Amino acid sequence: MEVPILKQGPYLIATIQSALADADLLNLRDALVARVGRYRSRGVIVDVTAVDVMDSFASRMLRDIAHMIRLRGAETVIVGFQPEVAFAMVQLGLTLEGVATALDLEEGLAYLDQKLKGAEKDTNASSRSR
Amino acid sequence: MKESEAGKAPEARRHPGGAPASLAAEAHVPIRTDRDILEARQKGRSLAAELGFTSTGLTMVATAISELARNIVLYAKRGEIVLARIDQNGRQGVVVMARDEGPGIPDINLAMQSGYSTSGSLGLGLPGVRRIMDEFDIVSEVGKGTSVTAKKWKP
Repeated sequence: MEVPILKQGPYLIATIQSALADADLLNLRDALVARVGRYRSRGVIVDVTAVDVMDSFASRMLRDIAHMIRLRGAETVIVGFQPEVAFAMVQLGLTLEGVATALDLEEGLAYLDQKLKGAEKDTNASSRSR
Repeated sequence: MKESEAGKAPEARRHPGGAPASLAAEAHVPIRTDRDILEARQKGRSLAAELGFTSTGLTMVATAISELARNIVLYAKRGEIVLARIDQNGRQGVVVMARDEGPGIPDINLAMQSGYSTSGSLGLGLPGVRRIMDEFDIVSEVGKGTSVTAKKWKP
């Protein structure tokens, strides 16, 4: 099952709606990495609210997505981990270090807005100092 | 629970002294592709739900099945996941058995160490499963295959 990717302003929002096979996750990764360039997106949100199992492969894919998107110059935030999913992940040792997370879509958008604002401020500051 | 079992094949009764436990295989899921992993964990989740596990318990059982089935796809190419309910000394639970006739694991102690992987994965599969399940047993012979049995008791 393909994961729909919505473009909203400077962001891409991918909502995982059902249990995904490995191939679907690989497709999602490739599609996001490509579209960040096509739409010149500044941020990516992956919504995992509907995900009921996050095993080591799925976690690795999320981590890879976040790292690849960063290398492409944009930020990623994963939103919507359910309490029991978070519980099982920590037991498994899947802590997704270095990957930004937020409670839900709203918080995720706020996080990206903040990041984007911070980045603009930095750019202005450095151009003034020159 | 008793009512829902009516009409099914009669299960072996528990011995008066406790052990051995009665085991009734509920599902055999052949594992060959990543799609089969989804089916196995869905069946495991349903079985645990029938037994009245909490949602955290369901997630742990489904996650363990996912890891075990993934190992089969990754290392053995094919095998099966057998799901069963267990009733021992009045306690109920779910047993997940993962069997394959793959290459086997040369050093089980090494494979059970966190962070060890021969496939480039995170290497959290087997030790992770042992952590999220209540009982864990692994038998492996090089050239013959691997069999993992993991149990989760209903709290």
